[in-house]
Amino acid sequence: MSVTRHALRNFTPQRHDVIWLLLSLLAVWGLHIAHLPLWINGLMALIFGWRWLIESRSWSLPRMPVLLPLTLLGIAGIVASFDGLFGRDASVALLTLMLGLKLLESRTSRDFMLVIFIAYFLTVNAFLFGQSMLVAAGMLIPVTGLTAALIGLQKPQAASDQGLQLRLALTLLGQAIPLMLVLFVLFPRLPGPLWGVPKDSYKSMTGLSDRMRPGDISELSLSGATAFRVSFAGAPPMPSQLYWRGPVFGYFDGREWRADARAAYLPRESLSVRGEPVRYSVTLEPHNQPWMLVLDMPSQLPEGALASPDLQILAREPVRTRIRYEGVSHLEYTLADQLSPVAERYLLQLPQQGNPKARTLAEQWRAQLPDHQAIVEAALRIFRQQDFYYTLTPPPLGANSIDDFLFNSRRGFCEHYAGSFAFLMRAAGIPARVVTGYQGGELNPVGEYMIVRQSDAHAWTEVWLPHRGWVRVDPTAAVSPSRIEAGIASAISETASLPLLARRDYPMLRKLYLNWDAINNGWNQWVLGYNQQKQAELLSRIFGASFPLSLLTALFIAVTALALGLISWVLLRDKTTRDPLQQVYTRFLRKMARAGLQQAPEEGAQDFSRRAQQQLPMQAAKIAAITALYLQLRYGRPSAASLQMLKRQIRNL
Amino acid sequence: MSRPTAFIKHSLNWTRWLRTARADARRGPVLTTRHIYILPTRAGAIYGTIIIAMLLGSINYSLSLGFVLTFLLAALGIVCMLHTWRNLAWLEVSHCQASPVFAGKDAALEVRLKESSGRMRHAIYASCESCLQPQSTDVPPRQSGTITLIYPTTRRGWSEPGRLTLFTVFPLGLLQAWSYADTDCRVLVYPRPAASGSSHATSTDQAGKGSRDSLLGDQDFAGLRHYRPGDSPRRIDWKASSREQGMYSKHFQGEPVSSAWLDWHETKGTDGEERICQLVRWVMEAHQGGGRYGLRLPQLTLAADRGEAHYHRCLQALALMELPT
Repeated sequence: MSVTRHALRNFTPQRHDVIWLLLSLLAVWGLHIAHLPLWINGLMALIFGWRWLIESRSWSLPRMPVLLPLTLLGIAGIVASFDGLFGRDASVALLTLMLGLKLLESRTSRDFMLVIFIAYFLTVNAFLFGQSMLVAAGMLIPVTGLTAALIGLQKPQAASDQGLQLRLALTLLGQAIPLMLVLFVLFPRLPGPLWGVPKDSYKSMTGLSDRMRPGDISELSLSGATAFRVSFAGAPPMPSQLYWRGPVFGYFDGREWRADARAAYLPRESLSVRGEPVRYSVTLEPHNQPWMLVLDMPSQLPEGALASPDLQILAREPVRTRIRYEGVSHLEYTLADQLSPVAERYLLQLPQQGNPKARTLAEQWRAQLPDHQAIVEAALRIFRQQDFYYTLTPPPLGANSIDDFLFNSRRGFCEHYAGSFAFLMRAAGIPARVVTGYQGGELNPVGEYMIVRQSDAHAWTEVWLPHRGWVRVDPTAAVSPSRIEAGIASAISETASLPLLARRDYPMLRKLYLNWDAINNGWNQWVLGYNQQKQAELLSRIFGASFPLSLLTALFIAVTALALGLISWVLLRDKTTRDPLQQVYTRFLRKMARAGLQQAPEEGAQDFSRRAQQQLPMQAAKIAAITALYLQLRYGRPSAASLQMLKRQIRNL
Repeated sequence: MSRPTAFIKHSLNWTRWLRTARADARRGPVLTTRHIYILPTRAGAIYGTIIIAMLLGSINYSLSLGFVLTFLLAALGIVCMLHTWRNLAWLEVSHCQASPVFAGKDAALEVRLKESSGRMRHAIYASCESCLQPQSTDVPPRQSGTITLIYPTTRRGWSEPGRLTLFTVFPLGLLQAWSYADTDCRVLVYPRPAASGSSHATSTDQAGKGSRDSLLGDQDFAGLRHYRPGDSPRRIDWKASSREQGMYSKHFQGEPVSSAWLDWHETKGTDGEERICQLVRWVMEAHQGGGRYGLRLPQLTLAADRGEAHYHRCLQALALMELPT
């Protein structure tokens, strides 16, 4: 295009441009510093230092023979550190490195602008690692800095005002925010993902695993992270009834409990419910597994969810974003009043060998005790009466882990109790399985919802009794009743190792925390969780339920245009005509023009007045007075009264 | 370039269909809303591409904050468009002029922009079709700013730079707003002086009006002065110049006493332009000499006189002279 062909933007940036750029790039780097490998951080520090020395000592920029090996080494380093160039962590590392190297070879303002654009892109990548309010606020610093740096690059004149750059950047961003809000709320949302998402994007997510080994759940309990939040439609159930059902394990290999492939082909277990339903909605944190936690026992399937035969509620995809769903459960139920022979065989499975003592004990019970109910009682009696301890830090177990736990160490966390209880039951001929999930939860009075944390993770068992179906038995409750009644903090003696927020010993801190969590919950619900569904919800709330989503695009365009029009009107009004003095004086000039006197372009007010006085001697005094008053108003102290006077005089002319 | 391709190129230059701001009786061209065009720059296109990449990434990873930043940057681009536009709007090209130059030299076009909206205007560029490079200035509120454009000249006569392009990419460089302004700007280009070898003295006819060197011979030597371009090589004191540093020419007391006539018919050669160049050289030398001189052209005679004004009058006459056929 002929108007832009001029090479005007290719000048060498000045010292302050380099400073602005380096400072804002430091802020971008700051967003990533925590999750970049040490060597990349070191390299970046070196690059920043180097670039500054280039500027301050007028060194020359490194040339290809330096940059090329550096680039190749960097890429090789990333491949070695991350096992490849793909995946979230590797691409962010690569982008950071490229930004640094581009900075090293940036000479002209055009290079600088490219660096700034890459830096904007790198900023958005920070959200792959977390989207808390803190990160959102932290984003504003690099974005403001980068924008100010960009502004500085458009001014070739020396000695530009530093404050101006920052002020203008803040003004521009301030004016962009209303438009951004419109776009955020109304831009038609598509359900992601559009393409594959690198697997490692979710590796830092915590949650229940698809298997249970001794030590798994106690490790999870050390995390203070929120697992999900629940708001109940009515009063929440008693704490002892709050069993949040997660993965169900029916297969034991001697070491770990897991779900066998066969479990999916078992006949569906029938559920009959009694009493009032409990209605609630769950906001589940992403955990990269399909489980959708629901209260025992779910009587209605949440929208879009699947149910396995043993009544695990599963999402169609691993939960990788925060999701919200409505749950309906019944606390009184009968699950599977009949058990098919296939299912029974599966649910009695045990490894061929191992744990002889436990097997012997179970055989004894089977021979001596009248029925299954009595066997369950006998097993629970062992836990209750012998000196078992409920602890987060149990000693390691030997090859026969069940024997070792039951007869030697007797120290364990819920997975030890649930696992060994289910083993004993199976050995005694009672179908049994392990259920993992969460138990309990903390009511937040601030937002009137319940927080369930990873530290509430729990494991219990279900045994199948004739005529009663599956019965939940929680052996942990036998050892430590307070775990179930009052939560983990009251059950563990060594509270110090629990996450700070699961403890009860700092009431002030807890209160602060609960307030903070309520704000966070709002943030999660309305900002982070704002998706297609929320958008539809919001629109139907504003426009009534009949608002057709097909109109969304039209609405989006209309409101955006309106917002744009408003901003344009504020910014683009012509202020030249708003100078009242000029308007009044123009009236005078028009009057003179009618008398055949035109003010020449170069002619000042005084010269024009002199000429006019000569040409129109009759009006000379008035013209002189008007001009004098005009000049006084223009260059002296302005006042409304004398402006009125000027108007009057012109009218009388 | 052959004529058809030039014609096609001219037709394809869509910018000539765009509006041009013109002066009215009272003011120079004002860049009103109707005259301002705006398009993304190359940097703006890269910025847009990056925003689209960010949007796709945000959809793919369901990043709510990704949407926030994407939309913030998109909105920033839109707001930037208004600011860029507003940075140019309502400026007045109050003044455009250039001092005369000899052909082949660069003229300096002074473009003055007047601000009357009470806003600081940053980095306003001006360029013209045949100017060397766009130049920029800041215009403070209710004041003026001046841009000096370098305008190379080739041929004598009035040279018109054509419409001016005023443009700006401020504040973010993502968009370029531009306007065309028609100004009465024109440059008087004096003919290129002939090489100093073609001095008037070498081509005199002694009869009648007399030539300058014959006058100079009668003068008393008064001293040396630094050589100035246009001094006759005959008057260069070669001895002094080799002794001292720099060039010196002899200066004569009381010179000149009478006027010299620089006559078209005294010039040699068949090429009219060449002959004009010779006359220019003579005028320069006569002016340097400080004496009175007159100019006699086929259609015009300028009476003998001296001084800057006369010098420029002579050069202007030569610049605008029509060659006799």
